Amino acid sequence: MNETAAQPILSVNNIEVIYNHVILVLKGVSLSVPEGGIVALLGANGAGKTTTLKAISNLLGAERGEVTKGSIVFKEDQVEALSPNDLVKRGCIQVMEGRHCFGHLTVEENLLTGAYTRKDGHGAIKDDLDLVYSYFPRLKERRSSQAGYTSGGEQQMCAIGRALMSRPNMILLDEPSMGLAPQLVEEIFEIVKLLNEKEGVSFLLAEQNTNVALRYATYGYILEAGRIVLDGDAKALRDNEDVKEFYLGVGGEGRKSFRDVKHYKRRKRWLS
Amino acid sequence: MLYREAGQFKTTYDADQAIFPIAQDRWAVIAFAAIAFLVVPFFVNDYWTNAVLLPLLIYGLAALGLNILVGYCGQISLGTGGFMAVGAFASYKLMTSFPELNIAIVVLLSGGATALVGVMFGLPSLRIKGFYLAVATLAAQFFLVWLFNKVGWFYNYSATGQISVPERSIFGLVVTGPTAAPWVKYLFCLSFLALFGLIAKNVVRGRIGRNWMAIRDMDIAAELIGVRPLQTKLSAFAFSSFYVGMAGSLLFTIYLGAIEVTEVFGINVSFLVLFMVIIGGLGSILGSFLGATFLVLMPIFLKNFMVDGLGLLPVLAKHVEILLMGLLIMGFLIVEPHGLARMWQILKEKFRLWPFPY
Repeated sequence: MNETAAQPILSVNNIEVIYNHVILVLKGVSLSVPEGGIVALLGANGAGKTTTLKAISNLLGAERGEVTKGSIVFKEDQVEALSPNDLVKRGCIQVMEGRHCFGHLTVEENLLTGAYTRKDGHGAIKDDLDLVYSYFPRLKERRSSQAGYTSGGEQQMCAIGRALMSRPNMILLDEPSMGLAPQLVEEIFEIVKLLNEKEGVSFLLAEQNTNVALRYATYGYILEAGRIVLDGDAKALRDNEDVKEFYLGVGGEGRKSFRDVKHYKRRKRWLS
Repeated sequence: MLYREAGQFKTTYDADQAIFPIAQDRWAVIAFAAIAFLVVPFFVNDYWTNAVLLPLLIYGLAALGLNILVGYCGQISLGTGGFMAVGAFASYKLMTSFPELNIAIVVLLSGGATALVGVMFGLPSLRIKGFYLAVATLAAQFFLVWLFNKVGWFYNYSATGQISVPERSIFGLVVTGPTAAPWVKYLFCLSFLALFGLIAKNVVRGRIGRNWMAIRDMDIAAELIGVRPLQTKLSAFAFSSFYVGMAGSLLFTIYLGAIEVTEVFGINVSFLVLFMVIIGGLGSILGSFLGATFLVLMPIFLKNFMVDGLGLLPVLAKHVEILLMGLLIMGFLIVEPHGLARMWQILKEKFRLWPFPY
């Protein structure tokens, strides 16, 4: 289904997630991220984007959720039984929604905590710190201030930078645009693209901001009520009439009456 | 399946807002209450009341009170033992100063006195939160116990510092003192627990309870939408202390009869009641009872099992019992970190969905 020739670094096969033993959230989600790609996971609130990311990074246990069916393969290994910290060691790290910097640590200390799993010595970590500062010059200016006192955009940068410090091959980025000014969103996505091109980090990006996400991603999946209803190349999705109408806010032929609004017909991709 | 609410349609707001909206729940509760009130009194003997039922009811009431404060309002308190002592000493002073006062009134007034003391010690909660508040209430625990030990007026200057309960009766039946019949004591405590359990259940469903929970979940947001922290926190302290004070009063008047404050109301009582609340489930009325049941009955069960069943020496059995209790508490909390009440809730949810998994 994936046109890109590259080997998938991460593939999620038909997973089902249940919260609290009784609430079914993901009803068979499959997706794959090619090596060195940026894949966007789009959808409205409650569609299951964050749950998908947490299922991959195995954070569900903390919220009384569990993956009951399906498999998750990262770099040819099954990872659904691994703990989140094991996954970080293998090179897959999540940047959580809402940033979650360590408020009482300085920006630099925050970044250094990201290198916790590293075993290759202070020199290499120092180099990576400089690398992160080269991508996020704003962080360098604020390096000695407490993360709790920096702005939202700087905290988001700090969180991404902290993830980078573990030298990941793959970053799961959850809503990087949340609560940020459009200009800053653009800036952060530029950096994501740069990281992808220069460092070869693959990204799986959960986003509400469909417009921006599809401009930077190579491939996109659209989730709705725990199912993937549409997927395709970012360009194809951008041009898709349904996506335009439902997610990009462009109606095609001007204003129309609610009577004419067509009902969404889900493509049951997971059955085919 | 028996436990299914399909077909139970609600046609009035009253039906929709009933305490137990599901008929099966309602009938189970009514049946349980009927057995507790009408059947059990005929079978209780001295051993059952003194070893099992009275501690269960009294600690259930204390746990209920503490759960209102810790579980519903989110204000942690380690002063339960001290507040129970206030209840006990208030009822002692009331009973000796006003001999003709009805015992039920005495218990209620002791609760009221404790509520006042609770509000006073709740004042720091307006500025301090979490662990720091725990330390402040710990001060209440030590101060109150010291006070009742130090100031002779509280124990009527008796030589030993002990207080013992005079005989009182209600409806012509002796309730307190050594001559009271087991079933009278049992029914007296049960009536208090049932009545105030019902009141608590209703209060936490209403506006006051919602305010408490708002303060618990996010105090700043609650303040922003107009919940007044002063009134809300202090009312939680008052309500909780009222229950705890009544429990202390019942513990003294009905259950023990004679107490020495440092022995009965020490810090370990505070912890015991707090553990009941935590194991039972924070923010759940049922959880308070389940927690009290677990912590009161489990040691007795373990002891009987080991001494009578396995033939262990009582001393050895006591040590093993302490060990096993610790393990059991940890085990239950690992299986279900939100307490026994949550376990019960998940079980009910499963039953509702049976035979489908979700």
